[in-house]
Amino acid sequence: MKHTIVIIGGGPAGLAAAIAARESGVSDVIIFEREPELGGILNQCIHNGFGLHTFREELTGPEYAQRYVEKAEALGIPAKLSTTVIGLERASSGEGLLVTTVSRQDGLVQTEAKAVILAMGCRERPRGALNIPGLRPTGVFSAGTAQRLVNREGYLPGREVVILGSGDIGLIMARRMTLEGAKVKCVAEIQPYSGGLKRNIVQCLNDYDIPLKLNHTVVDIRGKERVTGVTIARVDERLTPIPGTEEEIFCDTLLLSVGLIPENELSRELGVELSPVTSGPRVNESLETSVPGVFACGNVLHVHDLVDYVSEEAAEAGKNAAAYCKGEPAEAGREIPLCPGGAVRYTVPAAVSPEKMGAQLTVRFRVGKNLRGASVVVEADGRELLCRKRPVMAPGEMEQISLKKEWLTGTEQEIKIFTREA
Amino acid sequence: MKGYDAVIVGAGVTGCAVARELSRREGRFLVLEKEPDVCEGTSKANSAIIHAGFDAEPGTWKARMNVRGNAMMDKLSEELDIPFQRIGALVVCLCEEDLPKLRALYEKGKTNGVPGLRLLTGQEARELEPNLQKEVCGALLAETSGIVCPNERTKGLGEKAAQNGVEFRFDTEVLSLERSEESWILHTDTGDVKARAVVNAAGVYADRLHNLVSEEKLAITARRGEYMLLDKSAGGHVRHTVFQLPGQYGKGVLVSPTVHGNLLLGPTARDLEEKESTATTADGLREVAEKSAFGVEGLPLRQVITSFSGLRAHEAGDDFVLGETADGFFDAAGIESPGLTSAPAIGEYLAEKIAEKLALPEKKDFTPTRRGVPHIASLPLAERVEKIRENPAYGAIVCRCEEISEGEILDAIHSTLGARTLDGVKRRTRAGMGRCQSGFCSPRVMELLSRELPEELLEIRKNGKASGIVLEKLR
Repeated sequence: MKHTIVIIGGGPAGLAAAIAARESGVSDVIIFEREPELGGILNQCIHNGFGLHTFREELTGPEYAQRYVEKAEALGIPAKLSTTVIGLERASSGEGLLVTTVSRQDGLVQTEAKAVILAMGCRERPRGALNIPGLRPTGVFSAGTAQRLVNREGYLPGREVVILGSGDIGLIMARRMTLEGAKVKCVAEIQPYSGGLKRNIVQCLNDYDIPLKLNHTVVDIRGKERVTGVTIARVDERLTPIPGTEEEIFCDTLLLSVGLIPENELSRELGVELSPVTSGPRVNESLETSVPGVFACGNVLHVHDLVDYVSEEAAEAGKNAAAYCKGEPAEAGREIPLCPGGAVRYTVPAAVSPEKMGAQLTVRFRVGKNLRGASVVVEADGRELLCRKRPVMAPGEMEQISLKKEWLTGTEQEIKIFTREA
Repeated sequence: MKGYDAVIVGAGVTGCAVARELSRREGRFLVLEKEPDVCEGTSKANSAIIHAGFDAEPGTWKARMNVRGNAMMDKLSEELDIPFQRIGALVVCLCEEDLPKLRALYEKGKTNGVPGLRLLTGQEARELEPNLQKEVCGALLAETSGIVCPNERTKGLGEKAAQNGVEFRFDTEVLSLERSEESWILHTDTGDVKARAVVNAAGVYADRLHNLVSEEKLAITARRGEYMLLDKSAGGHVRHTVFQLPGQYGKGVLVSPTVHGNLLLGPTARDLEEKESTATTADGLREVAEKSAFGVEGLPLRQVITSFSGLRAHEAGDDFVLGETADGFFDAAGIESPGLTSAPAIGEYLAEKIAEKLALPEKKDFTPTRRGVPHIASLPLAERVEKIRENPAYGAIVCRCEEISEGEILDAIHSTLGARTLDGVKRRTRAGMGRCQSGFCSPRVMELLSRELPEELLEIRKNGKASGIVLEKLR
């Protein structure tokens, strides 16, 4: 098989990328999706609050997804469903890429593509990655798995629940489990701040009197076959549990919401350079990875807070991939690294070519701690280009600034993006 | 009451090995297991090593069975389709003063009849294994050491025994036994059974069973070992199993690739009061992290995908207890390391004794070979295409991390001694063993179990009787 652009993943990122690529004039775009339907993880996010930025409406996850699915259908973009990409490599011809898929209906198929857009999303960090000591009974679920069991399968995985980690899915599930009749005893967060959105703390915990215990972690899990309880303890600045602060909590379920990891196994196989901070590909201003013709967007690139930004970013990736395929001549130019500093942990993109970028470029990043009244500063070769005061910045919320092409004339070495505390 | 020629208590690797060897004979045989599946105790959580045999004291059962068990592996892994690789082991010595101990180990190995042993300088060892620490000043290379999949090994032995007529009864615990005329009566929580011979392969509980029938009491301590398993991206960090020179608590902490391409670190050794505590501890995992770095540098500990602990059945006499303890009561007790390696040899030895005692003739139609659930993703492309064409369910990926298809899961459920639990599917197919640790695939696997067994989703469990996964139907 042969296609101009192959999009791996039919979630919000893949859909928006496909639509933008098609609208930018590439007719032969195809989506490979491993689930039996498009929409990705949105399909199990039945709460509302999606689309405030994009549609100025509060939609549920499936409703948000549906808008893009309908648009993709209207544009006649084909999607191969229940189809898993198992291999991604450079085509032996030297031109383009070779995508290997398997499915029940088509078997094993190899597809050549001029460009590939990575939109595989992310997975949840499991218990094992945390080395939580204790027994290994049933009743320990990642929050997303519990969400699927409740919202898609219609089963309650637990009645008395402790949640470790205050990522957004954990917060959402605190409310969801409560509404389904479970008792959520507390949310323990090892960091001194929540990993989720402020609005979720208010709407999912505070409104239901669920305590959020910052600087706390789970130090023991009990129960031979089913969880019978956990022990939580306060941690010090080095995140080490403080002896004597242990508290036993009886519960039958422990939900984990302790971080999301971009799913870059295919990218790694292809030899795409990954960022150790985001675990996603290192991309330039076109959201193109270190492998020419391979673009990335959405949670496979870096974990987002709002789906609206996923869609926006993915549309850029789609547009850029289309331009790449149409062979629109890009002026050869210097590539200037974007260097995070202060509390800024990373930036996407990680480098920019002033010649190739549009008139302005959205740069997204996250900070590593809570900041009040700090400023985001952009410097090019030591020259201050921008200083924007932000009332609040938090690790749970993604930040963005707009970089203007006109600022970068003469910039040679580096562009620094950092926080300056008041 | 049903009567058998022999009843084996315990469906771990030892019990299954005895069962498979007994199934070469005419007779009625039964395996009783308190858990819902084979390989639920010590056999499932260990170092997954086929030891060479240089470590055991000469003249012990451990030495004899280890060397014999190792030698049986090539044929056995072929017959039973067990993933097995003779990758060799290196015992590394970290200071000059200990070099005589290394030589002593080499000599012990020679006395035990271990082939393929060589003493290496630190330099030679690092050439074989570039990530060894600079401090390594000598090493013992054991070429016959290997790695195996313990689940597949136990499953293969048990499945073959079943295909040759051995019955298995799961979720059944032996409560007591008594002698009645020429037979033993075993009282279980699912009823009584009668046997001319009993095999005690009850792992950490083997002392309890033994002590019911013998005046020479055994004392088995559960000795816990904690492990960390690293992602496949770390699997190539070493190519051999790397041990440090043994200390007073067994073999120290090893660093080894697994047959599935992960990296395994561990175990610790801690004696427990109770027999069931497979908990991991913060101290234990810290110890694994520290000790594994003694011999190997640059271990990517951030890539840990899971940690677990297993229990070794340590008998006070420090050796296996094998043989006919009372009339018609055969012990396979105190089977700790190198028990996984020794199991086929133990099975061979005990089955021979039992067959002799009961005068069981050889079975004419015994079949030695079996095929495991195919791992479609590891087949060459053309074969994979062909397999999916034959059975399209092999194209429907359920576990994305390990690339396990619906077809493989259905095979696991419908094979002899098929999977009935989430853990059962996981251990037969590796669905859920990957980096997401079953986050994505468990609801799908539950659905398949529910559809195929068939059983209500509420009845689907992780492993034991009280390990149901979902608690209530909402809609």
